[in-house]
Amino acid sequence: MEALKQELKEKIIAVLNLEDIAVADINDTDALFGDGLGLDSIDALELIVLLDKDYGIKLTDPKEGKHIFQSIDTMSSYIAANRTK
Amino acid sequence: MEKKTYIQAFCTIENNKIVLNGETVFESENTGFADFSKKAYQHFEIGYPKFFKMDNLSKLAFLGSELLLKAQNPNDENNTALLFANKSSSLDTDVKYQNSISDKENYFPSPAVFVYTLANICLGEISIRHQLKSENSFFIFDAFNAAFMADYANILIETQKAKNVLCGWTEFFGEDYKAFLYLVGNEGAIENTKQNLEILYNK
Amino acid sequence: MKKEVYISETNCITPIGFDVVSNVKNILDGNSAIQKHDNKALLDFPFFAAIVDENKLDRAFANVTSVASYTKLEKMMILALQPIIENSGVKISHRTAFILSTTKGNITALENSEATTIESAQLSNLAKKIADFFGFKTEPIVVSNACVSGILAVSVAKRLIQANVYDEAFVVAGDLVSEFVLSGFNSFQAMSNAPCQPYSENRTGVNLGEATAAVLVTSNPKNAKVKILGDGSINDANHISGPSRTGEGLVLSIESALNESGIDKNNIGYISAHGTATPFNDEMEAIAINRLGLQNVPMNSLKGYYGHTLGASGLLETVIGIESILQNKLFASAGYDESGVSQAINVIEKNKDAEIQYFLKTASGFGGCNTAVIFEKVN
Repeated sequence: MEALKQELKEKIIAVLNLEDIAVADINDTDALFGDGLGLDSIDALELIVLLDKDYGIKLTDPKEGKHIFQSIDTMSSYIAANRTK
Repeated sequence: MEKKTYIQAFCTIENNKIVLNGETVFESENTGFADFSKKAYQHFEIGYPKFFKMDNLSKLAFLGSELLLKAQNPNDENNTALLFANKSSSLDTDVKYQNSISDKENYFPSPAVFVYTLANICLGEISIRHQLKSENSFFIFDAFNAAFMADYANILIETQKAKNVLCGWTEFFGEDYKAFLYLVGNEGAIENTKQNLEILYNK
Repeated sequence: MKKEVYISETNCITPIGFDVVSNVKNILDGNSAIQKHDNKALLDFPFFAAIVDENKLDRAFANVTSVASYTKLEKMMILALQPIIENSGVKISHRTAFILSTTKGNITALENSEATTIESAQLSNLAKKIADFFGFKTEPIVVSNACVSGILAVSVAKRLIQANVYDEAFVVAGDLVSEFVLSGFNSFQAMSNAPCQPYSENRTGVNLGEATAAVLVTSNPKNAKVKILGDGSINDANHISGPSRTGEGLVLSIESALNESGIDKNNIGYISAHGTATPFNDEMEAIAINRLGLQNVPMNSLKGYYGHTLGASGLLETVIGIESILQNKLFASAGYDESGVSQAINVIEKNKDAEIQYFLKTASGFGGCNTAVIFEKVN
């Protein structure tokens, strides 16, 4: 799980072009949206693509994303439980 | 047109160089636009992380507008219209997006790329950054159309749709780019005419 | 005293008609252009969209010219312009502007891997091809400002004529349904898996559509249908893809148009709104309309008939809006059932007769752009 979390942080930084944020800056429980990393609605859509592309998980209802993308913790447990690749 | 308007400041970005009002304010080695734009961002201490989410066209337009709007009186800002044009629209990003859907086995269209497949998105980026709730429009011409740009900026000011107009020719395709941005208002030294714009554009 | 500017000729090419008369008849009969399509070359799964039949288009185009080397979009633009140029009797001169509005133009050219494809996808080349067909003498002006392009082009034409840069302008707007835009809107999870339902409780998103529309904007009052009274195009300065939650840019655009028009807002008899049927867009419009106190004015979205035709929509909806006030008929907002916006608006539920002197056209789009134009009927 730790490896997955590390990998997720690296991917999020790369995919969302978070230029001035390092892996060490993101805590597992930090809010990804709102006050935390400050991600927005396009980032959320991009995370849905990331789940599909890298883990073979298709989210059809964007509302589901709200719970899954709360933090690195919630995202990694969802991926671990549902990944197909 | 009865009333005269004036070019108050102008800026050119091309060949890894930024020239503001005729003076070179930043220059870097030829290492590609991504690197050049990042170095310019750092040099001018812009401090706006959203910059790195933008596509090349928006980065180009954003950098130029940053230099021209920084010096402006903040009270004027909300009345500064944006009038931009180029030749290749958003084709630089369109090609990138098309590549993401051309292989059916590896088909992952990116919303963050798709949103930039519209040329006017760069106007949105500038408007957000400077909180310009103002007139804006994006046009496409085969080449810099000085006559149109002079006329339309004059119209915006004369009809009181705006107090100032930030005008820009922001062309980006592949590694070829050129930005020529300038600020037009009621006062200034250089009259906003087709002839003057052509001289400044070709400088 | 500002020069008065009119629209005196209109036309449109859509899946439900290749002229204005047949389009209006289909709208009155409640016939929508939106259909279910199953075409894997466009999208991996079945989708709802409004698409022009190519065989029908080719037959109509053969009546105009035997030259075959035009794309679907070019044929549709030429067909939209041809009758209005002919009927207008305008002698095309250096005082005649040609304005073309589109978001993606010939974007499907990128699907080919040849080196010439970039050239074919350039919007200025599209404009040049159409301009050469009709012999326009001035450099084409291409407006590419996301989903407000079509109505913004009318505003640009009016401003240039008022400033005496031109005497008249032929304006054409068009966009196609392509794999490019379908996949993009789908990646935004903005597509409805049923015919779209602007302003309704159960709306889930857009259907894309294709169309072209054309108008003559002129200072010559001969045969004028409407006078263009005022316009505004103001940015939300809020988000590049999401509409402003407060409707700020739309409110400011309508205020700018109203201010210029000199009419009291209570005189507006009809609003032809944007109504894409995405949850956020329609909600934003309802908020803006209420902020302006226009919530009792009858309004509709024509997206339920045509889908979202992107850069064409603003002009197509203006063409239909003009017919609406000339014929004294308000057209039902197709797909509307139960209100799904937080503030009350007067969505037209059934076709009905109404005497209208002034109407407001609005549009909003990606990049935070908004445009509003006010028209007055010329009797």
